Formats: sequence, structure tokens, C-alpha cells
Amino acid sequence: MSWDGGASPLFSLRGVTQERGGAVILRDLTLDLPRTAITALVGPSGAGKTSLLRLLNRLDDPTAGQVAFDGQPITAYPVGALRRRVGFVFQTPAMFPGTVAANLRTAAELGHVAASPDAPAIERVLSAVELSADYAAREAGRLSGGEQQRVSLARALMTGPDVLLLDEPTSALDPEVAERLLATIARLTRERGVAVVMVTHRLSEARETSTYTVMLEGGRLVEAGPTERLFTAPASGRTRAYLATAD
Amino acid sequence: MNSIPATAATTLDVTWPDLALVAMLVLVAIGLSRWQRLGLERGFFVGALRAVVQLVAVGYVLVYLFQATRWWLVLLALAVMLVAATSTATRRRRGQTTGAGERRALWGIGGTAMLVSSGLTLAYVTQVVLHVRPWYDPRYLIPLFGMIVGNAMNGAALAAERMASEMESRRGEVEAYLALGATPARAAAEPVRRALVAALIPSVNGLMTVGLVQLPGMMTGQILAGQSPLLAVRYQVVVAFMLAGATAMTAVMVVLWYRRTFFTAAAQLAARVPV
Repeated sequence: MSWDGGASPLFSLRGVTQERGGAVILRDLTLDLPRTAITALVGPSGAGKTSLLRLLNRLDDPTAGQVAFDGQPITAYPVGALRRRVGFVFQTPAMFPGTVAANLRTAAELGHVAASPDAPAIERVLSAVELSADYAAREAGRLSGGEQQRVSLARALMTGPDVLLLDEPTSALDPEVAERLLATIARLTRERGVAVVMVTHRLSEARETSTYTVMLEGGRLVEAGPTERLFTAPASGRTRAYLATAD
Repeated sequence: MNSIPATAATTLDVTWPDLALVAMLVLVAIGLSRWQRLGLERGFFVGALRAVVQLVAVGYVLVYLFQATRWWLVLLALAVMLVAATSTATRRRRGQTTGAGERRALWGIGGTAMLVSSGLTLAYVTQVVLHVRPWYDPRYLIPLFGMIVGNAMNGAALAAERMASEMESRRGEVEAYLALGATPARAAAEPVRRALVAALIPSVNGLMTVGLVQLPGMMTGQILAGQSPLLAVRYQVVVAFMLAGATAMTAVMVVLWYRRTFFTAAAQLAARVPV
């Protein structure tokens, strides 16, 4: 699949409602995410950004409505195969036991990669996320938050995904570290042809890195469109008000 | 009170007046509790009364079962023991957040696991190892089943409790595995391993220290009853191995079955709804 071609949207949601513990998190959401490099999901806390993201590789299923990926209902894919094509990087990185190399080999094994990656293959993935080769032998659980987030990203790349879902990947990082991680992500979309859907609460992040932006509020879609247009000429007063609170 | 010296083959009798004398020791405990202001006097008193009433009741039940020697009465007694053990193993503990639905599910899981593992172990030990005749002889089946089920119960409770806490504390890690396309079995491998180790460590320790730290109750009983310590020791080996096997089988069944309740059919973490 290539994200810049093809007729169907990357993801399409039809009448999606999500409830948890009696609370409505997403309300009757109908929305297409186009095949573009980086899509940003923005909106105030409680907007349902993360809940929406989790539907896209079936970490959760909606209470009602349909989600389609690459023109097919998301439930038509075997769930393991779907998750190998649509990777997920969590807000808080969770390392597997062992070294960074062990983390990457586990990911390759789960991704049904034919051969266990050798040292040069590990090195290539580490360099893709801008970690030097000597990280391979380091204990993953002892790395800093920014380094762990890069290992998470590398792990997700091991399964050869078409799409990466990133849940506030920079929220726990210093602004400088966050900026470098975003530059890495932008480079990956160019070099590897991976499409990214990213939740962020930093509007500057969305504005600088994304090509398409979806604005949510209270579980409802407020507005979606090319980032440039949404930030310069928002159609909705609520978007305008939210942009005015910019960080 | 018995002043006749016992021969090697007979046991000293314990009469009701003897019990009154030994109750003095509980009074000592009550006195010490009052002296140190522990507030445990009432607990000791009620506990001592309950111990006497419960044990006497059990004694009469056993006397009846031993005289009646009906196979179905023996199986009924085993079933009651199994139900009591299952209820104890799945009882709500303080600070635990499992909901009522989850405890019901655990009741089914724990009860079935204990039924299968304890039943198989009891059948193997009494029929293949000891050749108990008639096969339902309550003198063997009831005490052996009591020991098996008691240990299996502790194993099941430890295993389930640890599994729940590991799945809670490693939620992020488990979901990270799922997000990479792992099956639930693969994603929960570490919580499963840790829960099983926690449930089985007491069995390993029990095998390591048996006879060193204290003489097991059954062996003490046999020796007091005048049997050769060497026969008592062989029985104790049977018991120790039997308990290790039954506990391991129970813990594995409980954990692998319980694991399924943490996931949906689409390999998602299931919502845990605490009551």
C-alpha cells in the first residue's frame, strides 16, 4: 500500500460511538482520514483523541459504527495482521524485559519477520530512530523517557508497518527532545513511506509537522482539513477559540 | 489423667478432664493479652470455643463416615470439602478490587481446577500408590483429600491474586505486545510466569524444609499413634510429593484459564469493571 495513492481514504469512520463505563467518549463520529504523511488529532483534554486513535488498530472496538482501513472494514483483517500493518506507539513507553536489541528482536518475531534481525539490521533500525549502535546492548528499562520513546518507535518499525499511530509521543519529553523526535518522525514518513496519525495537545506540533488536522471536542468532530487551511482560516468558531489558547 | 505407662504400640488417652487442664494454656494466653493490652482476649476465648466445637463436630462426622463406609457418603464429604475450599480461595480479600462478576468467574475457574487436579491426585495416590481397599475407604480418602485440597486452595488463591496484580501493573507492557500483533498468550507470558512462580514457591520451600523446621502434622500424628517413624516418613514422602503435584496442576489450570478473562476475542484488553 502507498499512502499517497489509491482511491479510498486511509481510515474512514462512519457513525462511530464509543462508551466506557457509562460515559460517552466519542459521539456519532463520521470522518475520513486521507492518505497523507502526518495527520494530527487535536483538541482539549477529554476530546476523545486517544480513544479515536485506539480504534484504528483495534486496541478497542467502538460501541457502535464502523471503521474501515484501506477500503476494507477493519474487522475483516485478522487482528494480528492489522496491528503489524498499523503500528501503535503509546504515550508512556513500556519496555520489554532485556536489552534494546532483545526488544527489537521480540518485535521482529511478533511481526513474523522471516529471519531474526542480525546486528547490522538492528543497527539500521536504531539509526532510523537516531540512536547509535551501542544502544543495542543497553538495558531498555534503564533508558531515559526520550530514548525509550525512540526504542518504542524502532520496535513499531520492526514489523514493517504502513501506518504508525502515535499517542502524544512527546508529552513526557523536554521541548528540545520532543522537537528532535518529531523531526525523526517526519523523516521516517518521507524515507519509509509510513503514514502517521498522531495525537497531540501541543498545537505548535500539529502546525509544524502535520499535513492534515482533525479537531475534536467533547467526543465530537469540530473540523477537519489540511493543516495549513485549518490554522489560517478555521471554519468553526470553536476551532478559532481553541487555536487562540495555543501553547 | 493417665498414669499407666504406654507401651510403644498404644497412644496415651486424652480425656475430657485432660482438655480442661490444657485449656489453662489458653487462659495463660488470655492473661498475657490482657497484661500487654493486646485486646485479643475475646478473640482467644471465642477462638478456643470454636476450635472445640468445630473439631468435635468434625470428629462425630468422621466417626459416622467411618462406620457407614458408603462410597456416596464419602464422595459427598469430599464435595463439601471442595466447595468450602473454593469459597475460601475466592473470598473477597481486603483491599482487593475484583468485582462480584469476576469473583463468580474465579469461583468457576478455581472450583473446576481444584476438582480436576485434586481428584486426579487423590485417585492416583489412593489407587495406584497406596492400593486403598475398598477404594473409598474414608480413613484414607478424607484426610488425604483434605491435605490436597488445602494446598491446592492456597496455590489457586496465590496464583489468581498474583495474576490479577501482574496484569494490572504490567498493563502497558501487555498492551505494547498486543499492539505489535502478539497473541494474548504471548502478551501475558510474563504475568503468567510470575503468577505461577509465586504460587509454586511455597511448594518448593515445603519440599526443601520438610522434617527440618518442623515435623509435618500427619507424621507427628502417626508417631504419636505409635507407628514406626520410618513408616511415618514414607507416608510423609507420599504426602509431600502429592501436594507438590496437585498444587502445580491447580495453579497452572487456574492461571491459564484466568488469563482468558483479561482479553477479548479480538486480542484486546478486556474492560475490568470493579464493583
